[in-house]
Amino acid sequence: MNPSEGNLIEVRGLRQTFGGQEILRGVDLDIPRGKTLVLLGQSGGGKSVFLRHLIGLLKPIAGSIRVEGEEIAGLDERELEPVRRKIGMLFQDGALFDSMTVFENVSFPLRERGLRDEKEICRKVREALELVALSGQESKMPANLSGGMRKRAALARVIISEPSCILYDEPTAGLDPIVSDTINRLIRRLQSHLHVTSIVVTHDMISTNHIADRVALLRSGRIHFEGSLGELHGSPDPVIRDFIEGRSHEID
Amino acid sequence: MKFPYSFPLTRAFSLYMGQASLLAWEAFTSILAGRIRWRLVLRQVVEIGFGSQAVVIVTGIFTGAVFTAQIFFQFNALNMSTAVGPVVSVALFRELGPVLTGLMVAGRVGAAMSAEIGTMKVTEQIDALRALAVNPIDYLVVPRAVAMMISMPLLVGECIFFALSASYFVATRILNVNSVFFLHHMESYTHGKDMVMALTKGFVFAVIVAIVGCQQGLSTRNGAVGVGRSTTDAVVISSLTILMVNFFLTMALNIVFPAGQARY
Repeated sequence: MNPSEGNLIEVRGLRQTFGGQEILRGVDLDIPRGKTLVLLGQSGGGKSVFLRHLIGLLKPIAGSIRVEGEEIAGLDERELEPVRRKIGMLFQDGALFDSMTVFENVSFPLRERGLRDEKEICRKVREALELVALSGQESKMPANLSGGMRKRAALARVIISEPSCILYDEPTAGLDPIVSDTINRLIRRLQSHLHVTSIVVTHDMISTNHIADRVALLRSGRIHFEGSLGELHGSPDPVIRDFIEGRSHEID
Repeated sequence: MKFPYSFPLTRAFSLYMGQASLLAWEAFTSILAGRIRWRLVLRQVVEIGFGSQAVVIVTGIFTGAVFTAQIFFQFNALNMSTAVGPVVSVALFRELGPVLTGLMVAGRVGAAMSAEIGTMKVTEQIDALRALAVNPIDYLVVPRAVAMMISMPLLVGECIFFALSASYFVATRILNVNSVFFLHHMESYTHGKDMVMALTKGFVFAVIVAIVGCQQGLSTRNGAVGVGRSTTDAVVISSLTILMVNFFLTMALNIVFPAGQARY
């Protein structure tokens, strides 16, 4: 049996530095196909940096990233395009194109992939917006949307091209609990209905408890823990306990 | 090996030249490979070409007018007032037309390109493009570069046309130069090769403004402050590059199109 059959992405010894500071010091992580993996860690700990490597937005200084068995660490921009068609990414602030309406943003991936049938485009955009509860907002500009709406519109732009894997960078950060719950349910629904593999970077434990199949904790540039949600909560490791219970050990 | 790199300025200059050349090369190979989005090119032609007309026309009119007046004041003292036409015409075609248009477009369009792309960079929109498997060079740089290459020679022509019209008006109506002599001398000393030189320079300056503007935008960092800095740098770098490249272009093009004598 092919050892990588169960994993969509395999990362080995991933290292990255910025301005002389080592952000990732050899990350090893397997991302199982069709599951939701939540990557926890402190703010500024390199979670988003790690996520960007999985789609080739950053190039590692050392290490290997294999997507469906194909090494992507050394590929150039054009060679990465087929990989990026399979993996979608939701950016922290949505990163909607601010010169386009919501409709133009969501239809953008379809047009870029050569779809010209306007009726088909309209139907797909309507479906994607319904899925993220944004029907009727097609003609609005991103500047006129709230933070949560922007994030949901960006999610519609990701899911419209039906990727087999979605990377979420802090999907619930800065959102109220209700909107956060909508996003969590959506991630869950995409996984259960469409078997989308999800990698969610967050420090939101409520969200983690809702969506995670597997959990990994990034600490000091390495994977400190990797296991199921039950194993995370059952762990006696003080680092994990502090993270789950939100203790800083700072003296008042 | 250490010598030239030990100066921070030399290093920064080498780094910048490397990045700009790489961007120009990538845009060039994209164009050669036919990855041109004509809808976006058309939109940019309207933005760059159509939108820059007022600036270029005003520049042309007043440069032609003031240049004519100054040449007249000098030449009239030598009883050579009818030579104003050819001097103004040749100077406009070979130097002033393309350089002034280049500088005005660098100020208007280069700044806008840098600010727009820079804002997209700091708000992760460029990364979003890449994540959606769209190459930012193909989507952002190539349409702007192609639109500039189409628009700039036309703008140079427009600038020169209005400058010569203003020159004719000032010389014949205000300064009382004989219009027949003015036109005759202008026509006999202005050649097709002067026009080719103007358009060639316009084309080269288009490439400079587009590449510098896009390069500054794509290398923007540090939020709003970074966008401001990139925009200023785009205008400064492209303006200075136009002035410097213009000298070498003049020397090189003068070999191909030597400044000529009168036809009659």
